[in-house]
Amino acid sequence: MKYMFLICSDEAGYEKWTEEDLGKLLEKYGAFDDEARTSGVYVEGYRLQPTPTATTVRVRKGETLTTDGPFAETKEQLGGYYILDVPDLDAAISWAAKIPSSAYGSVEVRPIWEME
Amino acid sequence: MSRAHAPRRPRLAAPSLVFAEVPGPHDEVFERVFKEESGRILASLIRWTGDIDTAEEAFQEACTIALECWPEEGLPDRPAAWLTTTARRKIIDTRRRERKRQSGVLLDREPSKATDMDDIDARLDSSLEDERLRLIFTCCHPALSVEAQVVLTLKLLGGLSTEEIARAFFVPVATLAQRLVRAKKKIRLANIPYRVPPDHLLPERVPPVLSVLYLIFNEGYSATSGETPIRTELCGEALRLGRVLVALMPDEPEVLGLLALMCFQDSRRVARLGERGQLVLLPDQDRGLWDERLIGEGLALLERARLRTRPGIFQVQAAIAALHAEADSSERTDWQQIVLLYDELLRRMPSPVVVLNRAVAVSMVEGPETALAQVDAIADAPGMSDYLFFHATRAHLSRCVGHTDSARAAYERALELAGTESERRFLIERIAELD
Repeated sequence: MKYMFLICSDEAGYEKWTEEDLGKLLEKYGAFDDEARTSGVYVEGYRLQPTPTATTVRVRKGETLTTDGPFAETKEQLGGYYILDVPDLDAAISWAAKIPSSAYGSVEVRPIWEME
Repeated sequence: MSRAHAPRRPRLAAPSLVFAEVPGPHDEVFERVFKEESGRILASLIRWTGDIDTAEEAFQEACTIALECWPEEGLPDRPAAWLTTTARRKIIDTRRRERKRQSGVLLDREPSKATDMDDIDARLDSSLEDERLRLIFTCCHPALSVEAQVVLTLKLLGGLSTEEIARAFFVPVATLAQRLVRAKKKIRLANIPYRVPPDHLLPERVPPVLSVLYLIFNEGYSATSGETPIRTELCGEALRLGRVLVALMPDEPEVLGLLALMCFQDSRRVARLGERGQLVLLPDQDRGLWDERLIGEGLALLERARLRTRPGIFQVQAAIAALHAEADSSERTDWQQIVLLYDELLRRMPSPVVVLNRAVAVSMVEGPETALAQVDAIADAPGMSDYLFFHATRAHLSRCVGHTDSARAAYERALELAGTESERRFLIERIAELD
């Protein structure tokens, strides 16, 4: 069963990180990626550019409304995601706990709506 | 409902004899059987079908059929097996009808499941216990809200109806029904597993189960708003599920500790309420009214837990309750030991409520001045300003040290917060004593 792991953290917080700490974080993500791929659960995963690069689009009455920024201002921002294929929610939770950002941000786990 | 749906005639326990012995109308006996067995039966049906709603519907139908058959044929000697077999037949019937509708052809032979039917009876007894343990871990899964955990546990394991649970928690039936639907939907869509967690997950998964049971117990015991008989039933339900859990996990000391704690607390239920319906605090209770049998059960459980030498918050609280249970008066209670146990509890569960309870014990050892200072020190802690027992304790200690005015003010604040008639009566009597 596929789950999406939405990785959220306080973007502004990264500004306080040293180059060395950011390097270590990337290493940890590399290791997580490897583990997910070798255990066969990996479907896909990407890191996103920070929210200042975001554009929100809405169509109302046939008109396309484009605004700068994410759809909602929140304390923590979506910074990346994974899709993993695991047997059940317990397995998904244990994978979520391994995602490096879960140690300081949060990871939302959502089942993928499978089309029948 | 046609009799053709009933299972192969089960072995009967000499019907006339059964009915000669059961008191009250048959329907009540049957309802009690349904309720007591529902947890085991539902657990096994959920495991079998993989779907909670299907299991619940089939169990309901089996009960309806039982109400038709049992008055004539008598109570089967294994009602749980009878009901489970009947429910499984209903599920198979439904599935066959669905397949027929889908394919337009009636299958005259059930491919796999039907062959199980013959030896269900034989395997039922040995498998039921494990199934119930699976179910309780699913109901109390941390991915569900605590409210949902409580409701699912009472509904699926406790056999309480949606209406009964709604009444017990003062929630509209529609709200509660919706909470149930959402929780079951999450279990299905997020694929919350139906299993006993593996050993390495138990340390994080057992505590929520215990919390849910204790929450159910306390909801009945403290009756925070209004009083209805169903609330006492919650205590009984929590005790019953606690005993089930002890039977299923006999080596988990905190499970033993929780049941011991509930036994000690429940042993004082009658003594907690005075002649005028007022709350009676522990030191003033008539100890002759304490239920010796429950105290004995609690002591034995606590002893079993101690042998495991893995203490936890429920065992410590049970140990405190045991010291009260064993003392023949408040004066002859080992308050020194109780303070030490509260220190231990505070270390494991830092909470102003524990500080408050500890202060009462401190007042018996070091005097009310020291205790009052400790209570005042937590006045700003979260939740204390609206906590009845904070103000009542502060009032009591103030009175002990001769501060009548602040005692009165604190009792009056407590009175504003009183949620039950017994609390109100207790506080009005205390205020009257100050005059």
